[in-house]
Amino acid sequence: MTNTTNRRNFLKMGAASASVLPFLRAMPATAQGSDTLVVVTGATINSLDLHRTGTSRASYQVGINCYDRLVSFGTKEATGGGLSYDYEVIEPELAESWTESDDGLTLTFKLKSNATFWDGRKVTAADVKWSFDRAVSVGGFPTVQMKAGGLERPDQFIAVDDETFVIKLDRASKLTIPDLAVPVPYVMNSVEALANATEDDPWAMEYLHTTPAGSGAYKVARWTPGEQLVYERNDDWVGGDLPAIQRIVIREVPSPATRRALVERGDVQIAFDIPDKDAAELADVIDVFSTPVENCIHCLCPNFAFEPFQDSNVRKAIAYAVPYEDIFQAAAYGRGLPMWGGEEEINDIAWPRKTQYYTDIEKAKELMAASAYPDGFEVPLSISLDLASWMEPTALLVQEALGEIGITVEIEKIPGANWRTAVLVEKRLPLHLENFGGWLNTPDYYFFWAYQDGHLFNSSNYRNEEVEELTNATLHMPMDDPEYAPKIMRMFEIVLDELPRIPLYQPALNVAANGAEGYEFWFHRQLDSRPLKLT
Amino acid sequence: MLAASPRLRATMLRVAQSIPVVIGVVIISFLLTRALPGDPAVYFAGVAADTESIEQTRVAMGLDKPLVQQFFIYVGNLAQGDLGQSLTSGRSVAADLAKRLPASLELTLSALILAIVIAVPLGVLAATRPGTWVDHLCRVIVTAGVSLPTFFTGILLIYIFYYLLGIAPSPLGRLDFIYLDPDHVTGFYLIDAALMGDWETWVGAAKQLILPATTLALFTLAPIARMTRAAMLTALSSDFIRTARAAGLSSRTVLYRYAFRNALLPVVTTLGMVFSFALGANVLVEKVFAWPGIGSYAVEALVVSDYAAVQGFVLAMALLFVALNLMIDLLYTAIDPRIGFSSK
Repeated sequence: MTNTTNRRNFLKMGAASASVLPFLRAMPATAQGSDTLVVVTGATINSLDLHRTGTSRASYQVGINCYDRLVSFGTKEATGGGLSYDYEVIEPELAESWTESDDGLTLTFKLKSNATFWDGRKVTAADVKWSFDRAVSVGGFPTVQMKAGGLERPDQFIAVDDETFVIKLDRASKLTIPDLAVPVPYVMNSVEALANATEDDPWAMEYLHTTPAGSGAYKVARWTPGEQLVYERNDDWVGGDLPAIQRIVIREVPSPATRRALVERGDVQIAFDIPDKDAAELADVIDVFSTPVENCIHCLCPNFAFEPFQDSNVRKAIAYAVPYEDIFQAAAYGRGLPMWGGEEEINDIAWPRKTQYYTDIEKAKELMAASAYPDGFEVPLSISLDLASWMEPTALLVQEALGEIGITVEIEKIPGANWRTAVLVEKRLPLHLENFGGWLNTPDYYFFWAYQDGHLFNSSNYRNEEVEELTNATLHMPMDDPEYAPKIMRMFEIVLDELPRIPLYQPALNVAANGAEGYEFWFHRQLDSRPLKLT
Repeated sequence: MLAASPRLRATMLRVAQSIPVVIGVVIISFLLTRALPGDPAVYFAGVAADTESIEQTRVAMGLDKPLVQQFFIYVGNLAQGDLGQSLTSGRSVAADLAKRLPASLELTLSALILAIVIAVPLGVLAATRPGTWVDHLCRVIVTAGVSLPTFFTGILLIYIFYYLLGIAPSPLGRLDFIYLDPDHVTGFYLIDAALMGDWETWVGAAKQLILPATTLALFTLAPIARMTRAAMLTALSSDFIRTARAAGLSSRTVLYRYAFRNALLPVVTTLGMVFSFALGANVLVEKVFAWPGIGSYAVEALVVSDYAAVQGFVLAMALLFVALNLMIDLLYTAIDPRIGFSSK
């Protein structure tokens, strides 16, 4: 063999490199077994920036996996198996420590000195300020969510020096710190963002939409909307324990049947958010985590704008007529928690809680007879076609049961695009199904959205002066305040007696795993990829 | 030059005739999407939006302006080739269409080729041997093909070939995640991979294509086979075939040169129709096989009133069908010289 390159050698070299090329184009097949985890989901990730208008829920996971917040929640054992985030425990993420002033109006955060963005630049308090300014300024959902924690204006955020960040509050609130741990207030690389901002786009919405610039545990390696998102681990992450998995592929598969086949065969390790039916059937075969969604209740809502529902006896008659157990089995396949047949006396502040109602047709008939409508009436029951999987069986069972007490129900199906306008904004549906779930896990937060007059999820047009007052009083009050528990219990008592929302059951978020462990439930109902491991 | 070539002139005329159609499509798709129920501002404002943030979203989306003004903004952008931004996918509609239309076309065309390869010979055989087992087989396949809905055939095929037998690849869309997409030239993975000489990816893409293409082919088989059979039967019983036979031409020549060629016209017409409805029927196959095509894109956009995406889709489809009709017309003249193009 000579070292000279003659024509024959050259051709040989060409052939050799040509045969290697295809292997370079494909990821090494062995990678799949050792350090790549595949997740299938039915939802579309349509932006890598949560702050953008129109960002889908599924996209929030990018905010969780690719960005850091100042603080995060702890971990606990979950009801129904697996792990869950722990609302009670706040853990550091970007912040090393924090202090609260005595009046609770000034929060001072000390940032980790070794935290860096992916481009190697140190994370500074100026980045935190810029990111928070952005969240309260861009409008829409991020701004609303920031407001829930009392964070409303840029002048509340002060970068004292590189590692010290201060938040000034207008009033002390127990919701502020937890609100810093939700996906919205994440910290972006402001230098990189500003370099790509324009005069029309001062917050670099267009750039960050497709190019995340964070310090989080995972970087986005590839993103094809409607197909897949590939995460690559950031080995320099200091926000928590370094994730075990090098690469995570989030693959979008719209058909639930296909998702089920894939996870059952073990070709993918996690099927995220599977239907209750599949969860019930797969539970014997592979690992299925059905975690009841915290602070979320599926409700039947009689609207006070519809005259017969202003009669308290009619609402109670409905609450006794509803076939709870049948609904729980038919609509949820027993996944989640029952919300009926509890004690009438209220001794604790756990929410969601079992109501004192149960299925008793005779009692329902007596209540109807005692009402102003002994001969019954006609009413449409509205459901959303997008949520038909639980709403349709529920509506049919409610229709049948209310027929027995003289209420003629006609089921009205509303297209998904129209649903939110009709039920939440116009609040014009006389009888409907609704499922609000609050991110911040306190009863007062639920009441703020679902029972206060004019608020978005109060789709029953309910107004009770005492509830208004109590909700306002408890919303920012610390939970260990001696006045807190009695006030909350009084609120429970009123709304469970007046029934603007009739709780049916607490739904579950179902996740199937085959070859992966460490799944953790989060209130935002998206997959936190960081604690996952392959088995 | 135009005068010199009557066919070119006729083609240009035909293209010119389609301009009013496209204008009509632009106006109608704009009005229809606005007439859809639902308020996109409420939808896109997010889960916990209040009245104020819904209003901010509405202004950001330009939906607070009067309808006429919105229309002129849309047409103005369209004239510059800007189809707008899709809110569901978060990208420009033009980029989405460029990515997803080839995916659907690749699937539909593969299915159609598969269907033609099976259905046309089957139809010819059934016509030449009416009443025999071939004819009955044709009838059974055709009936089964039309009567099984595509999503059902799709799930059944996945169940048998992927879940039970394990010989089909994971139904994860156009390529398994271990491959990287071939460089974008045509958007057809089989062609792009071949252009790069990357046969590894080519085989990967072809494997992913087999089950969905079969599903769609089973569905499109029926009209093609039935039409071929009927057209062949008519042709075979015509006078010119009797004459040809009497003149002593071989049965092969009679069958292929005279009967089949004459039977082709209705078959090509059917193909055009089948292609258009297969592109529509795609959506269910796309959902089952996680195929990132245009059908599922349009349905998702419709559900949430994503105006720009729906309009872009309708417009792209309209242009595609104008081109398809033109192509079929040209094909007619090639098949049957008696059809004068310019006389039409």
